[in-house]
Amino acid sequence: MGLKFPSAESFVTSRLDEVINWSRKFSLFQYPFVTACCGMEFMAVYGPHYDGARFGSEIPRFSPRQADLLFVVGTVNHKMAPILKRVYEQMAEPKWVIAFGACASSGGFYQNYSTVPGIDRILPVDVFIAGCPPRPEAVLDGIIQLQKQIQDKDSGPSGFSGINPRQTKEELLLSRE
Amino acid sequence: MPPLTALIKKDFPKLYLDSHAQHGDETVSIKRAGMLELFLFLKDDPRCKFDMMIDLTAVDYLPRSPRFEMVYHFKSSPLHHRLRVKIPLEESACQVDSIEPLWVAADWYERECWEMYGIDFQGHPNLKFLLRYEGFQGHPLRKDYDKLLMQPLVPMRPVAERHDYGEVFQYVQEPPPSVPEQEPS
Ligand code: SF4
Repeated sequence: MGLKFPSAESFVTSRLDEVINWSRKFSLFQYPFVTACCGMEFMAVYGPHYDGARFGSEIPRFSPRQADLLFVVGTVNHKMAPILKRVYEQMAEPKWVIAFGACASSGGFYQNYSTVPGIDRILPVDVFIAGCPPRPEAVLDGIIQLQKQIQDKDSGPSGFSGINPRQTKEELLLSRE
Repeated sequence: MPPLTALIKKDFPKLYLDSHAQHGDETVSIKRAGMLELFLFLKDDPRCKFDMMIDLTAVDYLPRSPRFEMVYHFKSSPLHHRLRVKIPLEESACQVDSIEPLWVAADWYERECWEMYGIDFQGHPNLKFLLRYEGFQGHPLRKDYDKLLMQPLVPMRPVAERHDYGEVFQYVQEPPPSVPEQEPS
């Protein structure tokens, strides 16, 4: 961000979308969709020791309508899949999804009738965090990766739409997949 | 012969099939017809007093005949002994009497067993889906249920570009041919 602090005048020049992306990336309200053992590690991340709040993703919102970031933590089975999809659809744009742990990313060691082999079969996922369960450092790294993605996203001249006018309709649909 | 086995063999000679004992725990195999009489005896007789149903499940011994075997575990808290009861079942007649009227704890175990193995528990008051969902076809813990066969409730997005090995899972809504669906009776 081209921040300049001229000595006498008190105004800052920047591109609007960069400011918006910057504010979005440091105010990620997360919705924890915790289903299995990875939840313990999730609690560790947001406990005082690792303190995920340092990265601006401070408050868990237990209503998807108030959340920006969907944390899918743990095994998702086919019986749970419609619920997860519904939670995702209830979230307001812009929204991001993190698959937390091996089970959410790929089904983990489950290969059977009941487990969804990776939540990206149901939702678009922005960041996959590997590990069974992932270390808190890995989770923090995942959050930082997501923040980079958000900052680098070209959200168009208005900054609000999230639509890049230079994209064709096909590219847009592809990126929304 | 261990005491409980001897008791059952003497009182229920028509039901008795087989037995063995290991480390002081006895196992008795019995026939299906008239099994409730024996279970009532196990629960109420002062020499048995099995007041606790610990576990109940089935085993699929494909391709053996009889294919299935019901396994019941009982414990007596006043007398501190245990007993395992097995009931072999043919595939063509995989049904047993529900023991839910005797041990309430058997309720959910029987529902699970019905879902996973397709064994019909006659007289069960509430044989409904517990772990499976509506529309699930087949019985997933049977040996002939394909482990890659999934029955998703939401449409699955294609993610083949992520996998070098291509799509290994099958999403089939039809039941596999050898597994007939059983509706609650
Ligand atoms: S990835 Fe490992 S720790 Fe996480 S939910 Fe799956 S089994 Fe549990």
